[in-house]
Amino acid sequence: MFHVEHLNYKDMFPEYDVIVVGAGHAGCEAAHAAAKMGSSVLLCTMNMNTIAQMSCNPAMGGVAKGQIVREIDALGGLSGIIADKSMIQFRMLNRSKGPAMWSPRTQNDRMKFAEEWRLALEQTSGVDFWQEMITGLLIKDRRAVGVRTGMGLEINAKSVVLTNGTFLNGIIHIGEKQLGGGRTGEAAAKGITEQLVQLGFESGRMKTGTPPRVDGRSLDYSKMEVQYGDENPEKFSYTDQTSPLKHQHNCWITYTNKSVHETLETGFDRSPMFNGRIQGLGPRYCPSIEDKINRFAERDRHQIFVEPEGWNTVEMYVNGFSTSLPEDVQYAAIRKIAGFENAKMFRPGYAIEYDYFPPTQLKLTLETHLIEHLFFAGQINGTTGYEEAAAQGLIAGINASQKVQEKDPFLLKRSEAYIGVLVDDLINKGTEEPYRMFTSRAEFRLLLRQDNADLRLTRLGHQVGLADDIRLEKVLDKQSETNDLIEKLKQMKLSPESINNGLENLDTATIKEKISVEKLLKRPHVGILDLVTMDKDFKSFISPFSKEVIEQAEITIKYESYIEKEKMMVDKINNMENFRIPSKFDYLAIPALSAEGKQKLHKVKPETLGQASRISGVSPADLSILTVYLGR
Amino acid sequence: MSFSLAEKADTIVALATPQGVGAIAVIRLSGQEAIHICNAIFYGKDLTNQQSHTIHFGTIRDEERIIDEVLVSLFIAPKSFTKENVVEISTHGSSYIVNQVIKLLIRHGARPAKPGEFTQRAFLNGQFDLAQAEAVADLIHSDSETSHQAAIHQMRGGFSGEIAKLRTELIHFASMIELELDFGEEDVEFASRSDLRVLVEKLMRVVEELISSFDLGNVIKNGVPTVIAGKPNAGKSTLLNALLNEEKAIVSEIAGTTRDFIEDEINIGGVIFRFIDTAGLRETTDVIESIGVSRTQEKMKTASLILYLFDLGDTDMEEINRDILKLEALGVPFLKVANKIDKADPVFVKALKAKHPDTIFISAGKKENLDLLKDRILELVNLDQFRTGNTIVTNIRHYDSLIKTRQSLLDVLEGLDNQISNDFMAMDIRRSLHYLGEITGEITTDDLLANIFSKFCIGK
Repeated sequence: MFHVEHLNYKDMFPEYDVIVVGAGHAGCEAAHAAAKMGSSVLLCTMNMNTIAQMSCNPAMGGVAKGQIVREIDALGGLSGIIADKSMIQFRMLNRSKGPAMWSPRTQNDRMKFAEEWRLALEQTSGVDFWQEMITGLLIKDRRAVGVRTGMGLEINAKSVVLTNGTFLNGIIHIGEKQLGGGRTGEAAAKGITEQLVQLGFESGRMKTGTPPRVDGRSLDYSKMEVQYGDENPEKFSYTDQTSPLKHQHNCWITYTNKSVHETLETGFDRSPMFNGRIQGLGPRYCPSIEDKINRFAERDRHQIFVEPEGWNTVEMYVNGFSTSLPEDVQYAAIRKIAGFENAKMFRPGYAIEYDYFPPTQLKLTLETHLIEHLFFAGQINGTTGYEEAAAQGLIAGINASQKVQEKDPFLLKRSEAYIGVLVDDLINKGTEEPYRMFTSRAEFRLLLRQDNADLRLTRLGHQVGLADDIRLEKVLDKQSETNDLIEKLKQMKLSPESINNGLENLDTATIKEKISVEKLLKRPHVGILDLVTMDKDFKSFISPFSKEVIEQAEITIKYESYIEKEKMMVDKINNMENFRIPSKFDYLAIPALSAEGKQKLHKVKPETLGQASRISGVSPADLSILTVYLGR
Repeated sequence: MSFSLAEKADTIVALATPQGVGAIAVIRLSGQEAIHICNAIFYGKDLTNQQSHTIHFGTIRDEERIIDEVLVSLFIAPKSFTKENVVEISTHGSSYIVNQVIKLLIRHGARPAKPGEFTQRAFLNGQFDLAQAEAVADLIHSDSETSHQAAIHQMRGGFSGEIAKLRTELIHFASMIELELDFGEEDVEFASRSDLRVLVEKLMRVVEELISSFDLGNVIKNGVPTVIAGKPNAGKSTLLNALLNEEKAIVSEIAGTTRDFIEDEINIGGVIFRFIDTAGLRETTDVIESIGVSRTQEKMKTASLILYLFDLGDTDMEEINRDILKLEALGVPFLKVANKIDKADPVFVKALKAKHPDTIFISAGKKENLDLLKDRILELVNLDQFRTGNTIVTNIRHYDSLIKTRQSLLDVLEGLDNQISNDFMAMDIRRSLHYLGEITGEITTDDLLANIFSKFCIGK
């Protein structure tokens, strides 16, 4: 017999400050943020090889989402840097609209994206990894104190962040086939939902879907429109750690047609969407192709984006063709799309159903009301989208760390960030369908721009120790240089002789006497770059300033009146935000409140009147009543 | 105004009729204990087991001493103004009795109400929305039939209804814009800019209409500003006194006696007219009176109605024609009123009738033909627009919000003209929605609510 030194497995693991369950977009940001802030972190994933998967489309950003990535970056998160490092195409969407609508979006190399995340986490000191399914939480006195693994190991922690994505009791639907799983080819996670429900949590089912992937070698691109990247591509990160692309990949646009639709319809009787097999509610604004055909029956074509999955792979993502119809129907239909006549499928599209927990059970820190030190982030909260998940991961990671270190909660206001809007919406309004960010969800859209996320947020990220000094210095420089430039543009005057020709070319009125650059910039069609082409002295004056500073100064001057108007509204609304409600306030004791309002207020326990105003089910009359009760 | 929860459980009491001596006075109690408290001092039927909306005769006694014979009306929750138990005690109108009864009620557990507290409770208990609560304040302050009607209309939600309709259209508009913003790069189609312009212009018209109704609403609430103009000693003060039926202005035979404005209100057929008795129109060397004259000119411009009064015995045709030209230039509706018909030369009267057939002939001193004058005054202010039930804005806060809505809508139109990006336009639309919301209380700001109940007096 060997002498075996009996080691308790507990010696394998110290008590961590923060355990993060799940290593998707939310989990990775949470683990990185907490570790960066000085917490010891264990990142648990079922498979070390699938860290930071882009389970759906190989792209980051887009309208409203691009702003979120910029915000994550400004706070010191990694999504922006990772997206930059793995991008294969960059486009600034909505360039024709105002600056608040400009939205960066990248196409990414799926494999590189995952690799970059894993490398970044490996290089973050304080992050440990453990590959195993987590099947339960350790709970003591209604506090989370650790996790239990599939093998029965118990690992202790001061805080736990759950970012389970679509894995909780995930069921994949392809036609009439049902497979248990969190992603195709990956097992579902069991146990956590059941335990949480037993602890008193309310849970629900949601549904999302993904399109088929096809072999790029089998497509005829001559029948499609090319979609090029921007001529002067930018990037997400405000840091100098990444740089814009010099060479970009193309995407393609093609369309479905009547024959595609007819073919798809032959499978409707076997569609889990229509035969009632899928219970969960899917997003209205990212509908499956069968949903689109059904709902927009009058349209005989829908747009399809053909997006490469990477620099070198031939795998193509068929954006706009999300479906859970039987694979044979998918195959037959896809081959009727222009350019897809000989398409070979790598894998069929599918729909996935999974458990989520209505986010009204959370505080603004994303900690649960029911169990202290337990945080939720990502699809478990009913959201959809990498960016939304990453943002929540960041907030949960920061707050888990702050809580362990007994520091103040980290909250972002709706007037400060899309991330503030996201969290506030989730915990107050909840969501019936997968929640996706839109610019229209932000009442202060003009302030929440992609160009100023650093000015809005880097200070806050630096305060909690997430954004480093280099970031902060860069922001402070940008701010002071911008102010300096604005001042100078107010002073500086251009003469009719030098610019009138140029103004005529721009179809805007000529000038009779010298006029300040500031006044010229207030004209709708005149920009700094236009003036640079007209006046040599102005050109040499402006050349020392960076592109970012010029852009910031121009936006500030050009849209001053609108931005001022919006700031006034912010102040007005902030009156309500500053109107605090005592935490012990007894809503049930106010007979005048509507029954629904009473219940919702009792459940959410809003911290301010402003928050109360956004809880769904709380009527304006309820608010008036509260205001009078609380008095002022 | 802040109330603790405990205060809200109190039963409150106050005099509901105006202070001062009247034939009767009504004391109002509201709160859970209202009926019990009243029953403790009431001798008659046992009030605690009576039906709602019943009236009971009995006496109020302090121990054995009878204070008054009273009528008690019961309103059982929630079928009352405050949705709480309400008791109204009608006593005889002596302030001694009223004070005794209130003291007695307080001794038995009621608490004196704060200003506006009854209406506030009605609001808190969901009886009204904000616009309606304000209408109650107007109703209480209204002292003419049309003013009363406007307040009632608003109270029934007419005003809120109109605004709500407007908001719904605007929200629809806003959501189209938002859709375009968020899905502009995707596969969705939207309404055209020209459709949007049509919609905004339509909204502008409704807002404009509501804004201009404010003048009308103001008139209803505050009276039609009416000027009696004429040369000195035409009988302006006499006419005013005749209409008022009392001696307000100093009347004398010496021209130019009335040196300053004396305002008074007179109710003609349910409409309040705020009469401004003025000094004369003539050029004068008297310093004091010349001040009066120039102020008369100013007043005339702000008036909604002018009674041009002249003395038949002291005015020639040329002078009348000249004055009428001047008045027509002012652009204010006016009536030609010929005074002292009792002393007039029939030939001149006949000539005047031929030249100006719409002249009204009266004798202010003898109170002749005053009813005819009143009828003509009413015709001129076109009462129909008051009575058709059109929404009328009477509240300065609503007016203010409408003005801001209009400005935001103008900004939207300007944005359309300049082809400005939708994100800026969307903000102006949101601002419009915000201001409209302020009217109905859809958006609550503390400064709004802080002031809202201060309009009420105790007992309301």
